[in-house]
Amino acid sequence: MYRRAPCLLNRIIAGGGRRSAAAARPFSTDLPAAPTEDTAFVEAWRKVAPNVDPPKTPLAFMKPRPAASPSIPTKLTVNFVLPYQSEIANKEVDMVIVPATTGQMGVLPGHVATIAELKPGVLSVHEGNDVTKYFVSSGFAFIHPNSVTDIIAVEAAPLDNIDPTLVQKGLADFTQKLNSATTDLEKAEAQIGVDVHSALNAALSG
Amino acid sequence: MASSGAAVPFWRAAGMTYISYSNICTSLVRSCLKEPHRSNAANREKVHFAISKWSNGKPESPTIRSDSATE
Repeated sequence: MYRRAPCLLNRIIAGGGRRSAAAARPFSTDLPAAPTEDTAFVEAWRKVAPNVDPPKTPLAFMKPRPAASPSIPTKLTVNFVLPYQSEIANKEVDMVIVPATTGQMGVLPGHVATIAELKPGVLSVHEGNDVTKYFVSSGFAFIHPNSVTDIIAVEAAPLDNIDPTLVQKGLADFTQKLNSATTDLEKAEAQIGVDVHSALNAALSG
Repeated sequence: MASSGAAVPFWRAAGMTYISYSNICTSLVRSCLKEPHRSNAANREKVHFAISKWSNGKPESPTIRSDSATE
Protein backbone atom coordinates (compact mmCIF):
# COMPACT_ATOMS: atom_id res chain seq x y z
CA MET A 1 0.00 0.00 0.00
CA TYR A 2 2.81 2.38 0.74
CA ARG A 3 4.86 1.38 -2.27
CA ARG A 4 3.39 4.08 -4.49
CA ALA A 5 3.18 6.62 -1.67
CA PRO A 6 6.49 8.44 -2.32
CA CYS A 7 5.64 8.81 -5.98
CA LEU A 8 2.12 10.08 -5.36
CA LEU A 9 3.09 12.51 -2.60
CA ASN A 10 5.93 13.89 -4.67
CA ARG A 11 3.56 14.39 -7.53
CA ILE A 12 1.28 16.47 -5.29
CA ILE A 13 4.07 18.49 -3.69
CA ALA A 14 6.36 19.02 -6.63
CA GLY A 15 3.54 19.84 -9.01
CA GLY A 16 4.91 17.93 -11.95
CA GLY A 17 8.32 19.50 -12.57
CA ARG A 18 10.33 17.27 -14.89
CA ARG A 19 13.55 15.67 -13.61
CA SER A 20 16.46 16.61 -15.82
CA ALA A 21 20.04 15.46 -15.66
CA ALA A 22 19.48 13.93 -12.22
CA ALA A 23 17.81 11.04 -14.00
CA ALA A 24 21.06 10.10 -15.73
CA ARG A 25 22.30 6.84 -14.28
CA PRO A 26 25.67 7.06 -12.57
CA PHE A 27 28.32 4.46 -13.35
CA SER A 28 28.39 1.68 -10.82
CA THR A 29 31.84 2.74 -9.70
CA ASP A 30 30.67 5.95 -8.13
CA LEU A 31 27.35 5.00 -6.58
CA PRO A 32 26.90 6.11 -2.98
CA ALA A 33 25.37 3.68 -0.51
CA ALA A 34 21.64 3.20 -0.95
CA PRO A 35 19.67 5.34 1.53
CA THR A 36 17.79 3.58 4.31
CA GLU A 37 14.82 5.86 3.98
CA ASP A 38 13.45 7.98 1.23
CA THR A 39 14.03 11.53 2.50
CA ALA A 40 11.79 13.12 -0.12
CA PHE A 41 8.94 10.86 0.99
CA VAL A 42 9.45 11.60 4.68
CA GLU A 43 9.48 15.37 4.09
CA ALA A 44 6.43 15.24 1.87
CA TRP A 45 4.61 13.14 4.48
CA ARG A 46 5.42 15.61 7.25
CA LYS A 47 4.01 18.45 5.16
CA VAL A 48 0.80 16.60 4.51
CA ALA A 49 0.33 14.79 7.85
CA PRO A 50 2.59 16.39 10.48
CA ASN A 51 1.01 14.64 13.43
CA VAL A 52 1.35 11.12 12.12
CA ASP A 53 4.66 9.29 12.04
CA PRO A 54 5.70 8.39 8.51
CA PRO A 55 5.36 4.66 7.90
CA LYS A 56 8.48 2.58 7.57
CA THR A 57 8.99 1.31 4.07
CA PRO A 58 10.62 -2.06 3.40
CA LEU A 59 13.87 -0.22 2.66
CA ALA A 60 14.16 0.77 6.31
CA PHE A 61 14.20 -2.87 7.39
CA MET A 62 16.74 -4.09 4.86
CA LYS A 63 20.49 -3.77 4.84
CA PRO A 64 21.09 -1.00 2.28
CA ARG A 65 23.21 -1.60 -0.79
CA PRO A 66 26.73 -0.56 0.27
CA ALA A 67 28.59 2.20 -1.51
CA ALA A 68 30.49 1.03 -4.56
CA SER A 69 34.14 1.09 -3.60
CA PRO A 70 36.20 3.28 -5.92
CA SER A 71 39.07 0.80 -6.14
CA ILE A 72 38.90 -2.69 -7.59
CA PRO A 73 38.82 -5.30 -4.82
CA THR A 74 41.65 -7.80 -4.77
CA LYS A 75 39.57 -10.92 -4.26
CA LEU A 76 36.29 -12.23 -5.57
CA THR A 77 33.68 -13.28 -3.00
CA VAL A 78 31.87 -16.34 -4.27
CA ASN A 79 28.56 -17.81 -3.15
CA PHE A 80 27.69 -21.04 -4.91
CA VAL A 81 24.30 -22.44 -3.91
CA LEU A 82 22.19 -25.41 -4.87
CA PRO A 83 18.54 -25.83 -3.92
CA TYR A 84 19.39 -28.35 -1.22
CA GLN A 85 22.69 -27.05 0.12
CA SER A 86 25.17 -24.22 -0.05
CA GLU A 87 28.39 -25.41 -1.69
CA ILE A 88 30.49 -22.28 -1.26
CA ALA A 89 29.51 -19.46 1.08
CA ASN A 90 31.34 -16.11 1.09
CA LYS A 91 34.64 -17.57 0.03
CA GLU A 92 37.37 -15.18 -1.14
CA VAL A 93 38.94 -16.51 -4.32
CA ASP A 94 41.05 -15.21 -7.17
CA MET A 95 38.97 -16.26 -10.17
CA VAL A 96 36.02 -18.38 -11.19
CA ILE A 97 35.34 -19.71 -14.67
CA VAL A 98 31.63 -19.99 -15.34
CA PRO A 99 30.03 -22.04 -18.13
CA ALA A 100 27.82 -19.30 -19.58
CA THR A 101 25.63 -19.88 -22.63
CA THR A 102 27.93 -17.48 -24.47
CA GLY A 103 30.98 -19.61 -23.63
CA GLN A 104 33.34 -20.19 -20.70
CA MET A 105 33.51 -16.86 -18.91
CA GLY A 106 36.37 -16.02 -16.58
CA VAL A 107 35.41 -13.73 -13.71
CA LEU A 108 38.16 -11.74 -12.02
CA PRO A 109 37.79 -9.19 -9.22
CA GLY A 110 36.50 -5.96 -10.74
CA HIS A 111 34.49 -7.74 -13.43
CA VAL A 112 31.68 -5.66 -14.86
CA ALA A 113 28.31 -6.43 -13.26
CA THR A 114 26.77 -9.26 -15.28
CA ILE A 115 23.91 -11.71 -15.21
CA ALA A 116 24.83 -14.85 -17.10
CA GLU A 117 22.64 -17.82 -17.87
CA LEU A 118 24.61 -21.03 -17.47
CA LYS A 119 24.65 -24.02 -19.77
CA PRO A 120 25.61 -27.52 -18.67
CA GLY A 121 29.36 -27.32 -18.17
CA VAL A 122 32.25 -27.06 -15.77
CA LEU A 123 32.51 -24.38 -13.11
CA SER A 124 36.03 -23.95 -11.79
CA VAL A 125 37.01 -21.98 -8.71
CA HIS A 126 40.65 -20.83 -8.61
CA GLU A 127 42.20 -19.94 -5.26
CA GLY A 128 45.98 -19.55 -5.35
CA ASN A 129 47.13 -22.82 -6.85
CA ASP A 130 43.98 -24.79 -5.98
CA VAL A 131 41.35 -25.38 -8.59
CA THR A 132 38.01 -26.91 -7.58
CA LYS A 133 35.84 -28.03 -10.46
CA TYR A 134 32.12 -28.80 -10.46
CA PHE A 135 29.90 -29.92 -13.28
CA VAL A 136 26.86 -27.65 -13.26
CA SER A 137 23.59 -28.70 -14.87
CA SER A 138 22.19 -25.23 -15.51
CA GLY A 139 21.52 -22.06 -13.58
CA PHE A 140 22.59 -18.45 -13.38
CA ALA A 141 25.59 -16.43 -12.32
CA PHE A 142 25.18 -12.93 -10.93
CA ILE A 143 28.26 -10.74 -10.72
CA HIS A 144 27.64 -7.65 -8.63
CA PRO A 145 29.49 -4.36 -8.96
CA ASN A 146 31.32 -5.00 -5.68
CA SER A 147 32.75 -8.29 -7.04
CA VAL A 148 30.43 -10.56 -5.08
CA THR A 149 29.54 -13.44 -7.38
CA ASP A 150 26.42 -15.50 -6.75
CA ILE A 151 26.20 -18.69 -8.72
CA ILE A 152 23.01 -20.67 -8.47
CA ALA A 153 22.60 -24.08 -10.02
CA VAL A 154 19.98 -26.77 -9.84
CA GLU A 155 22.48 -29.63 -9.59
CA ALA A 156 26.25 -29.66 -9.40
CA ALA A 157 28.69 -32.48 -8.82
CA PRO A 158 32.46 -32.65 -8.49
CA LEU A 159 33.89 -34.30 -11.59
CA ASP A 160 34.89 -37.39 -9.59
CA ASN A 161 31.26 -38.23 -8.94
CA ILE A 162 30.49 -38.67 -12.62
CA ASP A 163 30.52 -42.14 -14.14
CA PRO A 164 32.16 -42.16 -17.61
CA THR A 165 30.47 -45.34 -18.85
CA LEU A 166 27.02 -43.89 -18.12
CA VAL A 167 28.00 -40.72 -19.95
CA GLN A 168 29.09 -42.62 -23.08
CA LYS A 169 25.97 -44.74 -23.00
CA GLY A 170 23.75 -41.68 -22.60
CA LEU A 171 25.50 -39.91 -25.46
CA ALA A 172 25.01 -42.90 -27.76
CA ASP A 173 21.35 -43.23 -26.74
CA PHE A 174 20.50 -39.60 -27.31
CA THR A 175 22.38 -39.34 -30.60
CA GLN A 176 20.29 -42.24 -31.77
CA LYS A 177 17.09 -40.63 -30.45
CA LEU A 178 17.99 -37.41 -32.22
CA ASN A 179 18.22 -39.23 -35.53
CA SER A 180 14.93 -41.00 -35.05
CA ALA A 181 12.99 -38.06 -33.53
CA THR A 182 9.87 -36.87 -35.32
CA THR A 183 8.07 -34.09 -33.43
CA ASP A 184 9.72 -30.80 -32.47
CA LEU A 185 9.46 -31.66 -28.80
CA GLU A 186 11.19 -35.02 -29.24
CA LYS A 187 13.91 -33.38 -31.27
CA ALA A 188 14.39 -30.74 -28.57
CA GLU A 189 14.58 -33.33 -25.81
CA ALA A 190 17.05 -35.44 -27.77
CA GLN A 191 19.11 -32.35 -28.56
CA ILE A 192 19.21 -31.44 -24.88
CA GLY A 193 20.34 -34.99 -24.09
CA VAL A 194 23.12 -34.80 -26.68
CA ASP A 195 24.24 -31.38 -25.40
CA VAL A 196 24.32 -32.43 -21.75
CA HIS A 197 26.14 -35.69 -22.41
CA SER A 198 28.70 -34.09 -24.72
CA ALA A 199 29.36 -31.46 -22.08
CA LEU A 200 29.80 -34.21 -19.49
CA ASN A 201 32.14 -36.04 -21.84
CA ALA A 202 34.19 -32.91 -22.49
CA ALA A 203 34.35 -32.23 -18.76
CA LEU A 204 35.64 -35.70 -17.99
CA SER A 205 38.26 -35.68 -20.72
CA GLY A 206 39.27 -31.99 -20.63
CA MET B 1 22.38 -8.37 -26.54
CA ALA B 2 19.42 -10.48 -27.72
CA SER B 3 16.60 -8.07 -28.54
CA SER B 4 13.01 -8.95 -29.27
CA GLY B 5 13.76 -9.99 -32.84
CA ALA B 6 16.60 -12.38 -32.04
CA ALA B 7 16.44 -16.17 -32.46
CA VAL B 8 15.06 -18.00 -29.46
CA PRO B 9 16.83 -21.07 -28.07
CA PHE B 10 15.85 -24.33 -29.76
CA TRP B 11 13.96 -25.61 -26.72
CA ARG B 12 11.78 -22.53 -26.52
CA ALA B 13 11.06 -22.77 -30.23
CA ALA B 14 9.86 -26.32 -29.56
CA GLY B 15 7.45 -25.09 -26.90
CA MET B 16 9.46 -25.92 -23.77
CA THR B 17 9.83 -23.46 -20.90
CA TYR B 18 13.16 -22.66 -19.25
CA ILE B 19 12.16 -24.53 -16.09
CA SER B 20 11.39 -27.72 -18.04
CA TYR B 21 14.68 -27.37 -19.89
CA SER B 22 16.59 -26.89 -16.67
CA ASN B 23 14.85 -29.81 -14.98
CA ILE B 24 15.55 -32.10 -17.92
CA CYS B 25 19.25 -31.12 -17.88
CA THR B 26 19.34 -31.76 -14.15
CA SER B 27 17.76 -35.21 -14.30
CA LEU B 28 20.16 -36.18 -17.11
CA VAL B 29 23.16 -35.08 -15.05
CA ARG B 30 21.82 -36.92 -12.00
CA SER B 31 21.44 -40.11 -14.01
CA CYS B 32 25.15 -39.98 -14.88
CA LEU B 33 26.45 -39.90 -11.35
CA LYS B 34 28.31 -42.69 -9.56
CA GLU B 35 26.47 -44.84 -7.14
CA PRO B 36 26.00 -43.38 -3.65
CA HIS B 37 25.56 -39.89 -5.13
CA ARG B 38 23.11 -41.20 -7.66
CA SER B 39 20.66 -42.57 -5.09
CA ASN B 40 20.99 -39.41 -3.00
CA ALA B 41 20.16 -37.39 -6.06
CA ALA B 42 17.21 -39.61 -6.94
CA ASN B 43 15.78 -38.87 -3.50
CA ARG B 44 15.83 -35.19 -4.31
CA GLU B 45 13.64 -35.72 -7.33
CA LYS B 46 10.85 -37.44 -5.46
CA VAL B 47 7.57 -35.57 -5.46
CA HIS B 48 4.59 -36.20 -3.20
CA PHE B 49 1.38 -34.29 -3.68
CA ALA B 50 -2.37 -34.66 -3.55
CA ILE B 51 -4.68 -33.38 -6.27
CA SER B 52 -8.35 -32.62 -5.69
CA LYS B 53 -10.58 -31.77 -8.58
CA TRP B 54 -13.46 -29.49 -7.67
CA SER B 55 -16.89 -29.69 -9.27
CA ASN B 56 -20.06 -27.80 -8.30
CA GLY B 57 -18.21 -26.04 -5.50
CA LYS B 58 -17.27 -29.28 -3.74
CA PRO B 59 -14.00 -31.12 -3.76
CA GLU B 60 -14.06 -34.68 -4.99
CA SER B 61 -11.86 -37.22 -3.25
CA PRO B 62 -8.19 -36.37 -3.67
CA THR B 63 -5.77 -38.49 -5.62
CA ILE B 64 -2.42 -38.75 -3.92
CA ARG B 65 0.55 -38.95 -6.27
CA SER B 66 3.97 -39.92 -5.19
CA ASP B 67 6.20 -39.82 -8.23
CA SER B 68 9.88 -40.43 -8.39
CA ALA B 69 11.82 -39.06 -11.37
CA THR B 70 9.43 -39.35 -14.29
CA GLU B 71 9.61 -37.99 -17.80
